[in-house]
Amino acid sequence: MTITDSTAEALVVVSHVSKRFVLHKDKSLKDRLLYWRNRARSRDEFLALDDVDVEIRLGETVGLIGHNGSGKSTLLKVIGGIIEASSGEVYRRGRVAALLELGAGFHPDLTGRDNVYLNAAILGMSTSETDAVFDDIVEFSGIGDFIDSQVKFYSSGMYVRLAFAVAVHSDPDLLLVDEVLAVGDEPFQLKCMNKIRQFQKEGRTIVLVSHSAEQVADVCTRAVVLDAGRVVHDGDVGAGIRTLREGYERDRVAAEEREQAAAGADTAPPIVVNSVSIEHADGQAFDGAPIRRGTDVAITIHVDVVRPVEWITGFTLSSTIGNAVYRLNSEGLGMILPTSPGRYAVRFELPDTNFGINRLVVSAGATTVDGEPIALLDPAGHLDFEDDPYGAGLVQFEARGTVSIDRA
Amino acid sequence: MQESPRPDGVRTVRDPLQRIGRDASLGRGTWASLTEVFGRRELLGRLISREISAKYKNSSLGVVWSLMRPLAQLVIYFVAIGQFLGAARSIPEFAIFVFTGLTAWSLYSEIISAGTTSIVANGGLVKKVYLPREIFPLAAVGAALFNFVIQFGILVLATAVLGQFPWHADLGYLPLSIAIILVYATAIALVLSALNVYLRDVQHLVEILLLILFWASPIVYSAGFVHEAIGGTWIEQLYLANPITLAVLGMQKAMWLAGTTDPEQYWPPNLALDMGIALIVGIVLLWIGQRIFSRLQSNFAQEL
Repeated sequence: MTITDSTAEALVVVSHVSKRFVLHKDKSLKDRLLYWRNRARSRDEFLALDDVDVEIRLGETVGLIGHNGSGKSTLLKVIGGIIEASSGEVYRRGRVAALLELGAGFHPDLTGRDNVYLNAAILGMSTSETDAVFDDIVEFSGIGDFIDSQVKFYSSGMYVRLAFAVAVHSDPDLLLVDEVLAVGDEPFQLKCMNKIRQFQKEGRTIVLVSHSAEQVADVCTRAVVLDAGRVVHDGDVGAGIRTLREGYERDRVAAEEREQAAAGADTAPPIVVNSVSIEHADGQAFDGAPIRRGTDVAITIHVDVVRPVEWITGFTLSSTIGNAVYRLNSEGLGMILPTSPGRYAVRFELPDTNFGINRLVVSAGATTVDGEPIALLDPAGHLDFEDDPYGAGLVQFEARGTVSIDRA
Repeated sequence: MQESPRPDGVRTVRDPLQRIGRDASLGRGTWASLTEVFGRRELLGRLISREISAKYKNSSLGVVWSLMRPLAQLVIYFVAIGQFLGAARSIPEFAIFVFTGLTAWSLYSEIISAGTTSIVANGGLVKKVYLPREIFPLAAVGAALFNFVIQFGILVLATAVLGQFPWHADLGYLPLSIAIILVYATAIALVLSALNVYLRDVQHLVEILLLILFWASPIVYSAGFVHEAIGGTWIEQLYLANPITLAVLGMQKAMWLAGTTDPEQYWPPNLALDMGIALIVGIVLLWIGQRIFSRLQSNFAQEL
């Protein structure tokens, strides 16, 4: 292949790659002989990747994200050369270290030391190269004196730590990481993320598969979102995560509608939450653009009280993956709500909002004073916030920084 | 890897972009696979030593166990076939004769049986990391060779102790025999290891076939018995067409001094020529086997 100027810095070129899996339902010789005639029926085809084009340049950190089964791990394995594409081409250069499953090459009966050398050889290192970094590997893994005992006596954390240590010391040009940083304790995870950042500084290229949007937002410079084997987004990380979350939400709403349809109509509750309106505190409607930090937001819950009841109403703001970020109800504010039947609007004001999460899902509900749920509207709406230009997290600030000589 | 920091500190990779995946063309594909495996020879060495050391890691006798099996077989055949059935009466130095055949056979059968399961046994690695997959059957070949060397050492020792040390011109048959066994066993192991991924029945079938084939070569009986029974018929030609039979005969010719010098013993004519032809055919089969393996290996990761 001739390398054009535009691909001169490319480390991986994935061009029109499709991957078709054939699922056999029969596995034994007997089955195959018995069902020889209608063997076509025992085959199921499944398109895991559908005409994927991705080019990864030197020094990029790319997050591959998508739902379960969207093909992101398959794409990673195609890049790693573990699975061959059914059609299309993959070009690659430099040394690759795949952190697909840590410790895949470990043999339980060998000592940690033997396994380090074996695993390093699997990652393409020579014995002399391994000798040179052996002490660093032991140091990084924190295994200490256990290095000379058989790895079958290791805890799962030690196992993973040692394997990760070997992989990051193999001097890769391209590091492929698949969902493995979730294991290990918190200090070790921190160590891993720091190592990944150090790799970024050194100009190494990283491709990361993760379910954790926070992790991707944290380290990646680019996000590729896959859905049903197709690339639906390639570029900005924030936009990529939004695309993914919209997908999650769509699925969730669809599932809920199915559930409600299955449950059918039940006995009418005394309270119905009709809708929730979200607007500027001064009554102006939002225009659909992301909300700026510092905006005063008003959330109004519109409720029908059908039968007399003592009630509490409130709302929850949660991330699209369902983590509650903020809760507020009428009891917390000491509000006394009318008990007689009628239509009411309960308004809550959140002055000077500074949420750092791109999208918050609003759900609203009503309960009895004992906390028995009466009605729930979920999702009732959503709030999109602007990206924090400085920091990252659940909240954002007009942050400032100074530097001076520390005389203390 | 060729990499060096640019003056501005940005990491560069000088290797050109290369297409990943196997080359389907015949000659170039084999050459590419060969160089790929050669490039990972250090890993191959580690896999072989893993295979050997992990097997006996927690046993106090260790590697001695790998000798127990052929020694037990030797005792069984020496007593049952040699003495009770009387084969030893017409076969001089029956113990050396049997052990020579057993040594050749165990190299062959060990490569095939361990090689067949090698890909499935290393499924964890095959699914997670890209390696030239030939390395796993080859590691089985290496481990079997290690056992063979020990067993062969004992055989040499035994000939020396019994005053039958085979220092004669027919020793030339020895490398030819070993080459035939290695070439055929490796070719078969490559193909079967790949097939076993798709159809696990293969590994059970292989056990049975090896059991049968053991008796299809003159290991515990001499070629003379066969010649007496079916001499001059096409069945004898078929019997002698078995490359492992030729390899066992060659091995006996080299190591079994009492039989080579005994005019009563029957040796098939043109043994050296037949062995040479078998070796050439075997090399072609090995190449074909590697092509089949290469074709089948593309789906290993998803079939395991």
